[in-house]
This record gives sequence, structure tokens and C-alpha cells, in this order.
Amino acid sequence: MKRMKLTQQEIVLAVFTALFLAFALFLPGFFTAANMLSLLQNVAVLGILGLAMAIVVLGRGIDISLIAALAVPPGLLLQMVQDGHSLFASVATALLLSLAFGIVNGWLIAYAEVPSLFATLATGLFLAGVGQASLFSIDVVQWSKGMEGFQNLGQGSILGVPTPIIMFAISCAAVAFFLRRTRWGAYIYAIGDNPNAARVTGIPTRPIVVLQYVLASLIGCFAGFVMAASINSMPTRIFNSTLIYDVILVVVLGGIGLSGGRGGVVNVIIGTFLIGTLLNGMTIMDVPYAGQNLIKGVVLLLAVITDSFLNPRNEETAQQGDI
Amino acid sequence: MRLTDAIKAGAIALGFLAGVTADALAEEPGLDEPFQKGFKEALAGKAVAFVPVAMNIDLTEGWFAGLKKELEPLGMKFELRDPNWNTNAGAQAVTSLISEKPAVIVAHNPDVQTYAKLFQRAEKEGIFIIQVNMGSAYRSAGLVGANWISVGEQETEAVVKACQGKSNKIAIVQGALSAAASAYQLRGVYNVLAKHPEIKVVSSQAADWDAAKAKAITQTVLKQNPDLCGVIGFWDGMDIGTAAAVKEAGLTGKVFVATSGGGEQKAACDLVKSGDFDLDLSYDVPTQAKQIAALIKYLLSSGTKPGDTKGLAYSTLVHVTKDNADKACWKLSDLKQ
Repeated sequence: MKRMKLTQQEIVLAVFTALFLAFALFLPGFFTAANMLSLLQNVAVLGILGLAMAIVVLGRGIDISLIAALAVPPGLLLQMVQDGHSLFASVATALLLSLAFGIVNGWLIAYAEVPSLFATLATGLFLAGVGQASLFSIDVVQWSKGMEGFQNLGQGSILGVPTPIIMFAISCAAVAFFLRRTRWGAYIYAIGDNPNAARVTGIPTRPIVVLQYVLASLIGCFAGFVMAASINSMPTRIFNSTLIYDVILVVVLGGIGLSGGRGGVVNVIIGTFLIGTLLNGMTIMDVPYAGQNLIKGVVLLLAVITDSFLNPRNEETAQQGDI
Repeated sequence: MRLTDAIKAGAIALGFLAGVTADALAEEPGLDEPFQKGFKEALAGKAVAFVPVAMNIDLTEGWFAGLKKELEPLGMKFELRDPNWNTNAGAQAVTSLISEKPAVIVAHNPDVQTYAKLFQRAEKEGIFIIQVNMGSAYRSAGLVGANWISVGEQETEAVVKACQGKSNKIAIVQGALSAAASAYQLRGVYNVLAKHPEIKVVSSQAADWDAAKAKAITQTVLKQNPDLCGVIGFWDGMDIGTAAAVKEAGLTGKVFVATSGGGEQKAACDLVKSGDFDLDLSYDVPTQAKQIAALIKYLLSSGTKPGDTKGLAYSTLVHVTKDNADKACWKLSDLKQ
């Protein structure tokens, strides 16, 4: 018996296409080159974070500490430059901090075997707390002299394309290459699909898990660089915002199952575009804030409900570790 | 009066004076000011608690440092309860303070309702409540802060003026919808716009005090309306994003960016100097701190009971523009010294 089966990815793609066409037809000023670029630019950082989250979720984990990784090391960079350190030393320190943070996350999850949800919840709070208590003098770390050149990561454009979009594209290409063309990437899929089988096959599962969190932390830090460069400051309070839900949303909505092993960069791109289109369209229409949340919620619910109708979960498809 | 009488009277007066001075000399030189001792006693050892929305922002750090400087030399205990953006934690802090009974609670409200009932209880229990910048629905012994309606009005007047002879299209970047400071400013904006029907608001959106959101919104608005002539922003910490969007569109100087804040050097003057902001209305945090301190001294030395007096001290707004950006601001690092 053959039944028409749509994947979550296809459903979201359909929703995205429908929305996009509707906006393009009925919303003057939406489908212009300039607006398309600003649409993409506005979700570039979210997209980069989505890539980091995807790497972790593919291996059946989750990284709630991603926003701390986005806020604290780049915040430290800006603070150090403000305090008179050189740009190079500050960038190096920020990257080292991210690296250390990723290793701690990975170690806790792979070796101490703490569930990823709790481990990263705690480490994220810890890192944000350290930042607030001892690294930054005020929440919004301001741009200062000595940062010259750094703003090119997030401002201006190359051949007419705003830099954040290019940064997102480069990240997509790098992560896609890593996941699809390297052995380590294949290992991540194997672990996500069935960790026990992966270990029995001889895959070094623990080091690979550490690698996932290190990559997530470093990509998060990179997203933070782009963001700081783009708005000339680092509002470290962003840790307290709901950004992490948007990141999970992009990933899950795009069709990367939280149970691991399914999906890839394309899913992140689709999820990011959907959110971007929604936000941009609503801003042009000047929809009030409360209305925006309502619409966002309805579209997401539609996508999720359609998915559970078309792909019902049962004992066969459900995996252990499903959230 | 006869001459002899006059001489007699003079002699008596002289003798009396001599006696007095002799008495005084015998004890201490100079005159004792009759009130300062009572003042000192009324203040020494009393506790003042500060409950901001969160520390680590230029405003609250400024108030804290300024108050500490004024109160601790008087032998007062100055303590901090930092709820770190958590409204529940803030309400708990106020509740526990009510049972600890400090003399004064200086509070920075997250919204108009949460602390209102608690403040009423606190003043009944004999604790003076002084509210800073963001007031609650309860009118307490004192409020020191910006008049948000005026902030909105003055920003809008500046933007309307800058728009003369241009497209008359403006955008509004609000803070968080639940924050009174944002809602009051919006009312101020529309108070002025009611008198200027030629002005068209092409976008009025909330960016949640978030610079990244402010940038995204402004970017989209500028793409749709490249002839925009002004943006009214509600907080300079957020409007760094607004200004970044204007700058990226190459419209710095063409789009008038008005905002408001505490007047800290890096957050206000530096950005006005660089041309990111055209106007930053400052409520001048160090002055506010001094006014709060003066109010505390006044209330505690006056002998009035909490609930007897209820006054307001709205801050004078400083218009920070290119003309005074060199000297209109304060530095957090200086205040902390």
C-alpha cells in the first residue's frame, strides 16, 4: 500500500512558498531585491545559530547554552578592547573561551553522561553569570576605538550583498561540507541514529560528542561576532531573551528531528527563510507586536499539526530520547 | 530716657555680653548649630535598600554609585537587592524588605502594578518608598525620574522640526509593550503628532529594548521608505541598533534619530558625536542620584511619617546634541571612584 507521505521539510517548504507567494502578490514592496536582502540579513544570525544547533541535534543532543556562547565571548572581546587590549589578543581570548566552553559542555555530556538538556542549561547559566558578575561592567558592551576593521564582519556589503548574508552562506557551506563530506560528519549521523550501534561499530562516540559541542560553541561565538559587528555593541542581556526558542524552532521547523540523525543544512535554511519571511512581512504591514506573536504561533501550530497528521508517531517511528 | 539710665543700661548689656562670651569661651569656641545633631542622629545607622530592575545597566549602576557616595559618609547602611530582570524576584525582595524594616526603600519598577500593593503595605509599616524613573500605580513618599510623556513630546518635536520640508514620514521604535516607560512615551509622541497632521507614521513597532530587533525593524522600514525623515526611539541602549540600520543604509544625517537615556558617555555622548544619534534626551543619572539622596535626608530628618507626604521630583531633561556632546555626559567609571 502506498500512501502519499510528506516530510516535515516538505510541509514547511510548502508553507514557506505559500506565504512567500502571498506576500509577493499582495504586499507592495515585499518582492524587491532590496527587501529580499534585508529579509535575509535580519535572520542571518539566527540562521548561523541554527547551524550550530543542527550539529548538536543531529547527534541526538540539544544545546541550550548556545545564547551564552553567542553573548559572552564576543562581549568579552568588546570589553577587552574597551579596556585597552589589542584586537588580535581579544579575538584570540574570545575564541579560546568558546573552545573551553565547548569542551566543558562536551565532557559533561559525553563522559560524565549528564543529559544534554540539563548540562547545557547549567553551563549556559554559569557562563552568562560569570560574564555578568566579573567580565562586563555594564550589560550592553559598547563599541570602542580599537575595533576598527572588525565591523566588516557584520556591516557593509560585498558585491551588493550585505555581509551578514555572506557570513551565513559561508557557514552553511562549511557546515554542509563537514556533515556530508567528512568522516566525522558521518559519525554524527550514525550516533544520532543509534548511539549504541555506532559505538559497537567502533565509532569513537564520546570524542565525537565533544566535537559537536565544541563546534556549536565556536559557531555560536562566530554568530556573536557577526551580531556585535552588525549593531556596534553586544547586548549581553540577550541571554535572558527567548532567542534560544527561535533557534530550536528554526531547526525543528526545518525538519531536523529532535530524535537525531535526520536532516541537514538545507533544513536549517528552510526554517530560517520561513521565520525571516514571516517577520519581514509583518514588519512591512506594521502588524502590532501582540498580533505578530499570534500569527507566528498559528503558523507554527499549523506546521506541527500537519506533520503529526501526515506522519503520525507510533511505536515503530518513535525513538528513545524523543522530546 | 536720661543719660545715666542709658549708661546704666549700656553697662548692664556689656556686662551681660561679657558674661555670655566668657561662658562660651569656657566651653567651646564658635556657635553650635542647633539642628545638625538631630539630623545626624536621625540618619546614622538607618538602612536604605535599593531594588533596581537589574544592575549592570548604566542607569542603575549610576544611581547605586551616586547614592552610596552620599549615604555611606552619614553612617547609613546602603544595601542592594538585585532581581536581575526577574519581576518575581523583585517582588520577593520588596516583601522580605518589608519585614526587615529599612528606613527607606529606593525602587525602580519593572511595571506599574507589581510593586504597587507592596509599597502601600511598606509605607503602612513605616518604610518610606522612593521610586526612581519608572513609577508604579501607587504614589509613594517620593518619585525622582523622567517625565516620560515629556520625553516623548520633546523627542517628537525635534523630529517634526527636522522633517520640515522633507517627506514627513517617521518611524517609531518602541521599547517593551508592557513597560510603562514605553507606553507613556508613546502617548507623548501622539500628543505632539495630533498637532501635526502632515506627519505620517509609517511604522510603530516594539523592539523589546533589544538593539538587534531595533536594527531589523528599522532596516525593513528604510527599505520600504528610503525617504524617511526621522526615527523616534525610546532608549539609547536599544537605538544603537536603530542608528546602525540608518548608517548602513547610508542615510546618517538624512534620517533624524532621536532617542533618550541616562546620559552616560559611551551610551549617549559618544554616539551623538559620531553622528549616530541626532538627539539624545538625557535624564542625567548623577543628578537623579543626588536628588534621591536629598529626598532621603529630608524625609528622615523631617519627622514625618511614611504616607503623610507624597511628592514628585521630575528630572530636568538635558538635550544632548552635537553642540554639547563634549560636556553633557557623565562617566560610570568616574562616579564609581
